[in-house]
Amino acid sequence: MVDATISAPASRQMARPQSSLRKTMQRKSTIAFLMALPLILMIVILVLYPAIFSIHLAMLNKSMERFVGWNNFTFLFGRQTFWMVVQQSCVFAITAVLFKAIIGFIVAHFVHNIPSKGQRKWRGMLLVPWVIPPAMSCLAWLWLFDPSYSAFNWVLALFGVGPIPWTGDANWARFSVILVNIWIGAPFFMIMYLAALKSVPDQLYEAAKIDGASWWQVIWFITLPMMRNIIAITALFSLIVTFANFDIVRVLTAGGPIDMTHVFATWSFRVGIEGGDLPLGATVSLFMVPILSVAAIFILRDITKRGSEV
Amino acid sequence: MANVSAIATDLPVARPKYGSMNRDRIWALRWSYFFLVLFAIFFLLPPIYMLITSLKTSAEISAATNPWWVFNPTLDNYKELLTSNSYLTYFRNSAIVSVVVVSITMLISVPAAFALARMKFWGSATLATGVFLTYLIPETLLFIPLFKMFAIFNEWTGIALINRWWVLLILYPTLTVPFCTWIMIGYFASIPKELDEAALIDGATWMQTLTKIFIPVALPGLIAATIFAFTVSWAQFLYPLAFTTSADQLVLPVGIITSLIKGDVFNWGQIMTGALLGAAPPLIIYAFLMDYYIAGLTAGATKG
Repeated sequence: MVDATISAPASRQMARPQSSLRKTMQRKSTIAFLMALPLILMIVILVLYPAIFSIHLAMLNKSMERFVGWNNFTFLFGRQTFWMVVQQSCVFAITAVLFKAIIGFIVAHFVHNIPSKGQRKWRGMLLVPWVIPPAMSCLAWLWLFDPSYSAFNWVLALFGVGPIPWTGDANWARFSVILVNIWIGAPFFMIMYLAALKSVPDQLYEAAKIDGASWWQVIWFITLPMMRNIIAITALFSLIVTFANFDIVRVLTAGGPIDMTHVFATWSFRVGIEGGDLPLGATVSLFMVPILSVAAIFILRDITKRGSEV
Repeated sequence: MANVSAIATDLPVARPKYGSMNRDRIWALRWSYFFLVLFAIFFLLPPIYMLITSLKTSAEISAATNPWWVFNPTLDNYKELLTSNSYLTYFRNSAIVSVVVVSITMLISVPAAFALARMKFWGSATLATGVFLTYLIPETLLFIPLFKMFAIFNEWTGIALINRWWVLLILYPTLTVPFCTWIMIGYFASIPKELDEAALIDGATWMQTLTKIFIPVALPGLIAATIFAFTVSWAQFLYPLAFTTSADQLVLPVGIITSLIKGDVFNWGQIMTGALLGAAPPLIIYAFLMDYYIAGLTAGATKG
């Protein structure tokens, strides 16, 4: 239908060449291209170009005058802090995503369990951590973890448990940043899993009940397989966001004590912006690419697979 | 369910009028509520503690009395912050940046989503995938090359972009546009084709089809995308931290962290007040438009 209206004026183009520009401007694909042009320009100039530019940047020396090839990379491989950052980033991302997924799954089940009248209210309350800007809620956590005035330690002292150095000791600081990440991220999983739970047909549960399935069998053989797609894609999304996380570690520990809690993002900020060595900072952040692209490929595969199913 | 029913059978029958199925159900419900309350306490603890601390005087905070109770509630922290010039500057900067970024985002992403969803052109499928991939590129990967690019731009043209609040207007759309375009593609694609075909037959231009049909029909999606763009630009922390430094150029998250935390003197009453007021706009939007907020949240993975 639409194509017909376009091809008709095209045949008359020969007769009036002076209006060919106008005719081109009226073609559907031209209009569409123009409508998408700001988007294309933005992606190319502010995302694609910087991404490629950072590879070039990573191969310059500190004053950015000389090309040094892979020197920045080999320099990092020789530094102990770098390997600590690699380890901490992976532990941080994997542990946090795992617990976010588990807690999100459990909470989603409880919300799904109660009468639908009250679900809205509970869902609304439980999503609050996700809504508060992370930098602001991390300030609250920082205050809760305060070395001398920690409100948690005050409660623990009532039970005779000694003061815990929440952000002072390396292992406790690692635990704290992961805990805060779980606190912020678990509600997102809860919302996604709740939506997925609601899409499982009731007949399956009824059939399982008649067959005498236990609650564990119901979850293992019905709920989990039906939710597999959402679970996978939410976890992958979260893995990307958590792995590249900056706000939480920056506000809570700023990488300390003695660089023990740095992840890639905070360390590249410390090295690149605060330390004034932009090439080295770019090199550090480039090490996020392999893991991010693996996650991205899996997400994309899932999206295109579902696209072709529909 | 098994352990729940075990507990239920051990107990004397409290309400004989219910059958056993119902009794299981009641216990499952009670356990659900019990754990929901526990989780709600865990999830709401920090914001509540923010509120508690914001109502305290500095003297009460440093006296180290029960931190979970306010003995002498006062609104002094709020008065002080809402009359302090620097805090109001941060708030104003944040508000201007967020509102302008939302407008820019909508102007870029809605026409682009329409073009990608309805008017196929050469490379449009690739572009749609590209938009999605862009959404997956975190800002922590881009801030250093962008910093250097802006420095080079300054050398070439003499226009300083670093340490100007409006540089955020250029940066934030890279975070908001890809996702908004992506979910708008999903919403637009779900509109029946007959609708725009009918409009085109009646002689509507593509622009008219978009503004008179697609935008009104996909309004819920548009609201969800707007909320997303607003909350992302309000909460963004890395870009303003890296690109702005002068006190009058800061936005809220960075302003609170850099100016209220002076050296080792933490004025926690004011910090918590500032953080709570800074968290208020997204929370208010969320309270009134929760369903749109959640629709936008789930749309990223379920649509498209």
